[in-house]
Amino acid sequence: MKNVDSKSHVRGESVYLDDIPLINGTLFACVYDSPVAHGVLKKVEIEEAEKSKGVVKVILAKDLIGENEIGNIFHDEPLFADDEVHFQGMPIALVLAETEEQARIAARKTTVEIEPLEIVTNPRIAFAKNDLIVPPKHFKLGDSETAFKTSKYVFAGRADVNGQEHLYIETQGAYCIPTEQNGIKVYSSTQGPTAVQRCVSRVTGVPMHLIEVDVQRLGGGFGGKEDQANAWAAMCAVGTQLTKRPVKYALHRMEDMRMTGKRHPYSADYRIGLDKDLKIVAYEVVFYQNAGASADLSPPVLERTLFHCTNSYFIPNVTATAYSCRTNLPPNTAFRGFGGPQGMFVIESAIAHAAEKLRVSASEIQQKNLIESGDKFPYGQKAISEAITSWAQADEKFDFAKLQEETDDFNKQNKFIKKGVAVQPICFGISFTKTPMNQARSLVHIYTDGSVAVSTGAVEMGQGVNTKIAQVAARVFSLPIERIKVHTTNTLRIANTSPTAASAAADLNGRATLIACETILERLRKLAAELLKAENVSDISFLDGFIFNKNQPTDLDWVTLVNEAHLQRVNLSEHAHYATAGIHFDWGKASGHPFAYHVYGTAIIGVTVDCLRGIYETDFVKTVHDFGSSMNKIVDYGQIEGGIVQGIGWLTMEEVVYDADGKLRSNALSTYKIPDIYSVPKQIEIVPLETDRENPAIFNSKAVGEPPLMYGIGAYFAIRNAVRAFNSEQSPAFVAPFTPERVLMNLYSEAAREMKAGK
Amino acid sequence: MVEFILNNQTIQTDLPAGTTVLDFVRYDENLKGTKIGCREGDCGACTVLVGELNEDSVKYRSMTSCLMPIANAHCKHIVTVEGINKPNNELTEVQQAIVDAGGTQCGFCTVGFVMSLTGFCIDETEKSGEMAISSIDGNICRCTGYKSIERAAELVSSQLSVVSSQNNSLEIAVEKGIVPEYFSGIKNRLAELSQKNPKSKIQNPKFVVGGGTDLYVQRHDEMVYAPAENLFDNSDLRGIEENGEFIEIGASATVTDLLVSPVMQSIFPNLYKHLKLVSSTPIRNMATLAGNFVNASPIGDMTVWFLALDATIVFNNEREIHLSELYLGYKTLAKTDDEFIKTIRFRKKVQHFNFEKVSKRTCLDISSVNSAISLKTENNKILEVHAAAGGVAPIPLYLKKTSAFLRGKEISDSTILQANEILQTEISPISDVRGSAEYKRLLLRQLFTAHFVELFGFSTER
Repeated sequence: MKNVDSKSHVRGESVYLDDIPLINGTLFACVYDSPVAHGVLKKVEIEEAEKSKGVVKVILAKDLIGENEIGNIFHDEPLFADDEVHFQGMPIALVLAETEEQARIAARKTTVEIEPLEIVTNPRIAFAKNDLIVPPKHFKLGDSETAFKTSKYVFAGRADVNGQEHLYIETQGAYCIPTEQNGIKVYSSTQGPTAVQRCVSRVTGVPMHLIEVDVQRLGGGFGGKEDQANAWAAMCAVGTQLTKRPVKYALHRMEDMRMTGKRHPYSADYRIGLDKDLKIVAYEVVFYQNAGASADLSPPVLERTLFHCTNSYFIPNVTATAYSCRTNLPPNTAFRGFGGPQGMFVIESAIAHAAEKLRVSASEIQQKNLIESGDKFPYGQKAISEAITSWAQADEKFDFAKLQEETDDFNKQNKFIKKGVAVQPICFGISFTKTPMNQARSLVHIYTDGSVAVSTGAVEMGQGVNTKIAQVAARVFSLPIERIKVHTTNTLRIANTSPTAASAAADLNGRATLIACETILERLRKLAAELLKAENVSDISFLDGFIFNKNQPTDLDWVTLVNEAHLQRVNLSEHAHYATAGIHFDWGKASGHPFAYHVYGTAIIGVTVDCLRGIYETDFVKTVHDFGSSMNKIVDYGQIEGGIVQGIGWLTMEEVVYDADGKLRSNALSTYKIPDIYSVPKQIEIVPLETDRENPAIFNSKAVGEPPLMYGIGAYFAIRNAVRAFNSEQSPAFVAPFTPERVLMNLYSEAAREMKAGK
Repeated sequence: MVEFILNNQTIQTDLPAGTTVLDFVRYDENLKGTKIGCREGDCGACTVLVGELNEDSVKYRSMTSCLMPIANAHCKHIVTVEGINKPNNELTEVQQAIVDAGGTQCGFCTVGFVMSLTGFCIDETEKSGEMAISSIDGNICRCTGYKSIERAAELVSSQLSVVSSQNNSLEIAVEKGIVPEYFSGIKNRLAELSQKNPKSKIQNPKFVVGGGTDLYVQRHDEMVYAPAENLFDNSDLRGIEENGEFIEIGASATVTDLLVSPVMQSIFPNLYKHLKLVSSTPIRNMATLAGNFVNASPIGDMTVWFLALDATIVFNNEREIHLSELYLGYKTLAKTDDEFIKTIRFRKKVQHFNFEKVSKRTCLDISSVNSAISLKTENNKILEVHAAAGGVAPIPLYLKKTSAFLRGKEISDSTILQANEILQTEISPISDVRGSAEYKRLLLRQLFTAHFVELFGFSTER
């Protein structure tokens, strides 16, 4: 079953924000943003901009009718800088002009006077100054302090993992249109239509029921449009409010990269204790999250780092602490994995550290510590584990020992080309960790021609959620998929939605759709039973557009039944609600059952490093992955392959570079590199985990969006192993990404030191 | 006035000649299938096909419309996805292959892939899986991880490899509905256009634009209205010819022109392997050699390449200088405002040549450091040598001292070691987003060594 959008995608007929036909009188917006990362905003000079050709209005913080506030979790983020600027790229003014070009030209004519303040870009420095976004968070299981005393081996170290630019190919944007009674219709490229609605309401002072947010689809989101689509929608809405004209803003790539936050960089200190059998008995970790200038989604991201700080391992004694540190960078935000991958990178670093010192393979330690069903995670939830199963099946299918042996043999025979392999188990919790967010609604209409329209709170951004939702309706009604249309995500049709995030959109919205469809079907079943004079209502079934009685075909078809239902005033619409059962979490105790279930998997990753030039290739990623009984193989394999490559990108070539002044140096596609077709693994082999276990998600499937990204961590350690095969003296620092520069400097560590010393 | 064929429609427009084709098709012609991803030629979402009349056939190339001024579309055929879509919602073979392979997720980049692959179907390249993938090397996708797209590309090439040869690919493509029937008539329509629009002489060469692949990245807004002379269209400046012991290349020859040139292929046996490292197919289709030279980027790949050939450049006033003499300082050139490069010359007898480049991403990236070398040897003795490196100085650097040192030396470990030491004294890299200064020093040492490994199978035991 192909993605329902694929035909219009290849024909270029799918509609994205910038493709919406313009209404006459539309104004175009452009932001003037802060050229300085931190300072007191003494003066904003907009006279030249106002005089510039085509300019209709220049908006500053003081012009807002509502609040100058877009922070969702904490109210710490102004839409426009008012008294201070907190990062380079912080919006200060919005220019509205008759054409896009005029708006851009005018924005450049704005000037500011800023009295500089100290710029902090390093989270450890922010921590030292006690500049935290929220009070620290802790997880504690057992007693690590005592356990370290009895550990046979103890290793301590540091790991640093950098951020990641989302690089959705469609940039951020919004288009607002005035509606009657001071209402506003907002087209937005957002994963969170309700977040946009709430934000627009706040900055305009217009109540939410007068604000309609509509989302057709996104040209990629990956978390970057979960909260950070709000600002642009809010700006356009303010523009519309003040000019009574439609206002559009589709960001240029460099504006987008400069002004929006990214995956959070983390710095961490770890201590790991093992017993003589290589069982991890104690683990302590302190995370310093680089949150950027305001909270955005940093607090829940921080929490998920803690939730995944032991990955798929059971460690009886864990003390984990996490600090969200305020820096003068754009507020960092959600990105596929939501803090989990960073937590996992640190435990994998600790294991690699121990393995190196103990002269054993990291996979030996990994395997010995996999979590079993009934074991507790550090947050109290008992695992229903597939960690050992997925490892065993992967080992059986791919033969880890043989792959390692081939690698060792190759390395013996080749001096300047080295191979490396690493095993990467993953474990990822599914559900929003903020329990109230685990709800969704679906609105299903059957029209009198028998066609079906579905609306949900899920946003289609390439992950195929609309395809899966259409499949749900098609399956329940037993209709061809062409008879179902999943419509735009619209706050008038579906209210109070959770953002499309946390891999949970198909689970939640699919379930709501299932309930809606089944409710309508039950009404139709009753009616059909009457029409067919069936003995029991339950004798009626539906197949391929026909109604069956006791599994015998009848003359009654779908369209006739639907029409009859309408004539008999049977409701052909349903608005259903679904909330995940059995989840809860208490931050007071830092304990609970936050996840409906976990996704597990085990991959083995192989790389080749050209030790003359310091460049590398990924040869293979082979995984046994747990995605339940797939609702849609094409969609799910696509998510897994895409996630793996995005994860490898994060840990290899994708390097977010800010200079000491907080200026983004990797500010365009020419300086920030994501994988191209030549840099992806030569082979990606995906084997579904075989298990008899029932899955709680829809139709026995499992969430698939985020977990595969974390296999990319294995590529980092495979490269590290290859580098050490060339230069065994060197113990490369656990700093990610492993760029060609880091590879070469570690391959020739001695020469690198000489070069550094200026010799 | 600019006149060209857009899909099946002849266009005459008085818009500023510097308007990009991307803005023109999206906002003036309302053809929204072509997407805006980066506006700097680095994502391929805006890829279109450009057909050019070439003797008795139309040659199609993929290009990124964000970097292409409409002036460069003059008398050409510009094809967007709307120009290949079939009626009744049917899909072309390329589109169907992408759908079948699951090669589209969010869809935003997809049209770019469709256009590049369609270009592959109708151009003269060999219809192999490798070349199909090569045709989409300028298209970035953030969703799929490319494996499904690879499968689609291989499907497309396997369907064509049986029927298509180098000369009949457009015919076959029309027959198979990969492009519509009207493509058969484009040749005559372009010929008429060219006749109607005779080439004008270059009047005011103060602002000369080649392919635009750098000017439109760096100075997009001012380029729209710049009083530019566009050399790209000038076929007099495109040829690659042998002239006695020299090769002469027209200044607006593109990197692709080099790549497909039999003359160049015979001189540089590793031409494809090396040029694969230089940007991407659509950019190579646009970027001119002279543009790369005068852009004076310290990491210009082709500049470093031709520095190592000891090439000379001939200006429009027939003044001839060594390419190495062109660079006075960072982006400062030894040429007057009235001069533009007309011809590039180098000695065709190239015994050994190697090109090395390392960047964060191996392909479709700007070098951290690059280097090229050409050598003439006899009995393991270096008779003549020219070496160059980029990313290690304010200018693309001809390695004068290192080359001088190597002349007359035996090729040996100790020679390479010593040369590398001298090399370190004539470079002055700085730390930037492409790497720290010390990395660039170390990297050049390695790449310089790599030349000898590649050319002489040298042991790199040290």
